[in-house]
Amino acid sequence: MKFKLQDHILVPKHELLSKEEAEELLKILGVRKEDLPKIRADDPIAKEIGAKPGDIVRIIRESKTAGRSVVYRLVI
Amino acid sequence: MTPKRISGIKFEVLSPQEIRRMSVAKIFTPETYSDDGYPIESGLMDPRLGVVDPGLRCRTCGGKAGECPGHFGHIELAAPVIHVGYAKLIARLLNGTCRECGRILLKDERRDKYISQIEKLKELGQNYDEIVKEVFRVTKAVKKCPHCGADQIEVKFEKPTFYYEGDHKLTPKDVRERLEKIPDEDLPAFGIDPKACRPEWFVLTVLPVPPVTVRPSIILETGQRSEDDLTHKLVDIIRINQRFLENKEAGAPQLILEDLWELLQYHVTTYLDNEVSGIPPARHRSGRPLKTLAQRLKGKEGRFRGSLSGKRVNFSARTVISPDPNLSINEVGVPKVIAEELTVPIYVTPNNIEEAREYILRTEHPKANYVIRPDGRRIRVIDANREELAEKLEPGWIVERQLKDGDIVLFNRQPSLHRMSIMAHYVRVLPYKTFRLNPAVCPPYNADFDGDEMNLHVPQSIEAQAEAKILMAVQEHILSPRFGGPIIGGIHDHISGLYLLTRGEKLFSKEEVMELIRPINVEKIPEPKYDGKWTGKQIFSMILPDITLEFKAEICQGCEKCEGENCPHDAYVVIRNGELIKGTIDEKAVGAFKGIIIDEIVRKYGTEEAKKFIDNMTQLAIRAIMFFGFTVGIDDEDIPKEAREQIEEIMNEAEKKVEELIEAYKAGNLEPMPGRSLEETLEMKIMQVLGKARDQAGKIASQYLGMDNAAVIMAVSGARGSMLNLTQMAACIGQQSVRGERIRRGYAYSNRTLPHFKPGDLGARARGFVRSSYKRGLTPVEFFFHAVGGREGLVDTAVRTSQSGYLQRRLINALQDLKVEYDGTVREQTSGIIVQFKYGEDGVDPMKSFRGRGVDVKRIIKEVLAEKEG
Repeated sequence: MKFKLQDHILVPKHELLSKEEAEELLKILGVRKEDLPKIRADDPIAKEIGAKPGDIVRIIRESKTAGRSVVYRLVI
Repeated sequence: MTPKRISGIKFEVLSPQEIRRMSVAKIFTPETYSDDGYPIESGLMDPRLGVVDPGLRCRTCGGKAGECPGHFGHIELAAPVIHVGYAKLIARLLNGTCRECGRILLKDERRDKYISQIEKLKELGQNYDEIVKEVFRVTKAVKKCPHCGADQIEVKFEKPTFYYEGDHKLTPKDVRERLEKIPDEDLPAFGIDPKACRPEWFVLTVLPVPPVTVRPSIILETGQRSEDDLTHKLVDIIRINQRFLENKEAGAPQLILEDLWELLQYHVTTYLDNEVSGIPPARHRSGRPLKTLAQRLKGKEGRFRGSLSGKRVNFSARTVISPDPNLSINEVGVPKVIAEELTVPIYVTPNNIEEAREYILRTEHPKANYVIRPDGRRIRVIDANREELAEKLEPGWIVERQLKDGDIVLFNRQPSLHRMSIMAHYVRVLPYKTFRLNPAVCPPYNADFDGDEMNLHVPQSIEAQAEAKILMAVQEHILSPRFGGPIIGGIHDHISGLYLLTRGEKLFSKEEVMELIRPINVEKIPEPKYDGKWTGKQIFSMILPDITLEFKAEICQGCEKCEGENCPHDAYVVIRNGELIKGTIDEKAVGAFKGIIIDEIVRKYGTEEAKKFIDNMTQLAIRAIMFFGFTVGIDDEDIPKEAREQIEEIMNEAEKKVEELIEAYKAGNLEPMPGRSLEETLEMKIMQVLGKARDQAGKIASQYLGMDNAAVIMAVSGARGSMLNLTQMAACIGQQSVRGERIRRGYAYSNRTLPHFKPGDLGARARGFVRSSYKRGLTPVEFFFHAVGGREGLVDTAVRTSQSGYLQRRLINALQDLKVEYDGTVREQTSGIIVQFKYGEDGVDPMKSFRGRGVDVKRIIKEVLAEKEG
């Protein structure tokens, strides 16, 4: 009966990227992992997802101007 | 001549060995110049430190006054002195290491853990300050050294530069010895790179002496030489140093030596930073504090903000601005005197050598001012040498020619708050002494002509001119990136003029039409509408390109049932295919901030068309208003006797009501509003009553002020002013307020605003209600209250500007390295760190968006439907 953070309205959807997806992303953007925005490994939602330092998280959130906006974060 | 790229900068600490190595002279004497005006050997001024005097040559490098960059010297300090800047760091280090053996107060493995953490962060390019802070924190608490077992009883204190171990005071020498003991392997845990910096270097044994060029002397009007503040300070340091040495040799008592040492420390500290807390700043004989090294660098006027990020530049000009409606919006009127002084360089090539020769041979503007030879020599072009120079001219030379018509310049008004505060204009050289600009381009600069000055910069290379022309041109900035609408457009008289022209169906004969149209390029005028006469609307249509729009004009009064096209006030604008069919043109159509028509033209036909439209529209508007004649006089605010009597009645009624409210309040009968106290309720009700009274008075007055009243025309069309202004001029000014409330304080202790009233008087008059109108004039008491309320306005305008200025500076410093890349991401330019994956999450440029929305749905629908029809 645990309360899942992702269920709350104010928390956007967080997904873990697979190794291949992560590589693909870095290639498309032409960046290194370190250039991405960061999220800490002890962040509550990172823990819920099971993210380890070095992983990349995909975050999908509702945007006032764009409808939907996708961002990525490196877990550190 | 390609500029070199800097690949990196590293900051290290100077070691005493390095200081001695780089020095060219050892300084002993506190004397500067000898009796005959010559600099002294081993003194502070040029043994071999550098030259300032034109004429002398530097002994070290042989350069002349402009060439020699100056050379460092050094002073051997008689005793070590703490460097203020490192004082805190020294304290932390002393607390973090053992007082006996000097090792860090951690077991080796813990230390190594910290070191590897720091390494990792460094690789990521992240800041490792937090870890270092933790190390200092942890080690400070340790009481016993894990390596040698010695006790660390002391928690050392320091104020400006003093360290106390328990009760015992540590001399800088002691401090240095302890720092020397710290081994290289322990330093990385403290965030220090042992190769770049050894802790003992934080305590100075040798003081580098800055070259003469860094602290030049100045010659006063009296002919005397005045030394730079730094030189004075160095003199002090040397003097004390000498005394200290002498006393030490002569075997003076401890106390005296200690005192001198402290004094030496004071002078060195104050030389490095004169604003250190805890010690009295060193002062001139006049009493003013000296400006020493730290002060030279610190904010706004200091090196970074005042000499590096911002500098005074050449090829610039500044004067008072004045309006010129006959210029295009992207031109700037440049006074001839200025144009003759500012120049544009021509790099001579086989293609332009003839043109360059011509400039040299000309004797009048635009001619050549200077010629630069390949060896760098500048030659002024004078009648005597014209022919000779013209002949000697070869590719590789540079000819500086005066500014002429058509040149591109950057024009700017400070404060430069947005990108439209600097725009590129074409030069028009004109007589007289002011910069001239088209009034329509005032809003982006926020310029008015009450004495404002503006700056001009001349781009010197072809690339710079091209960049200015393409990126910064005025017409590219007609739409504002802030809200997606036009920021350049008609103001004041433009709007009044077009209103007068297009209201109703005014008729013009052929001669009159010609006069109005004169400055505009129309190819063909349409047929007259009525019996050989044209209407104002037709004339306006002559400058309209093919657009189709429908909207409510500014003059629309918002009648309950809008009749649309058949609006009786002529307030519904219909434009079809470039013809104004119905409605009046005013601020909403053509004004600087609303300007629907301008907006449409920029989007549909581009910036060049829009510029032409604005030029034409302003010209037409001015001619129209000159045709009708427009003026304002005091009798525009006259209202008939009945109106004044009515207003008197309203005022009396209102004052009575206020008295009633006060009575009720005093008697305890007043019902408080939910959530508010009695007093608050009373005040609110009173303000309500008085506000309503003023508005009612205003309504009465406006009944009697018709559309033939110039002030009314301006208010209604949106040119300037509002109905409130008219109310205040004709009927009643209303309640003055401070911080949103009626005037409270005034006559100190006695609970009233002025001695004219009884204490505790809460009536309308007693708390700042002004009954009179501006026209009628204010009573002295009313005048006083009006001043009180008005003052608040002035003060908060002043405060607001400095606050918003600081906010803007912080935002700019945070955002200036960000750039939108070609893939839509926002990245920081040097590090490549991604900040946004899509600009603004939607990738939309606010300047091009329609009033901020991403997609202009209405417009798309309109266009699609129009296509289907036509």
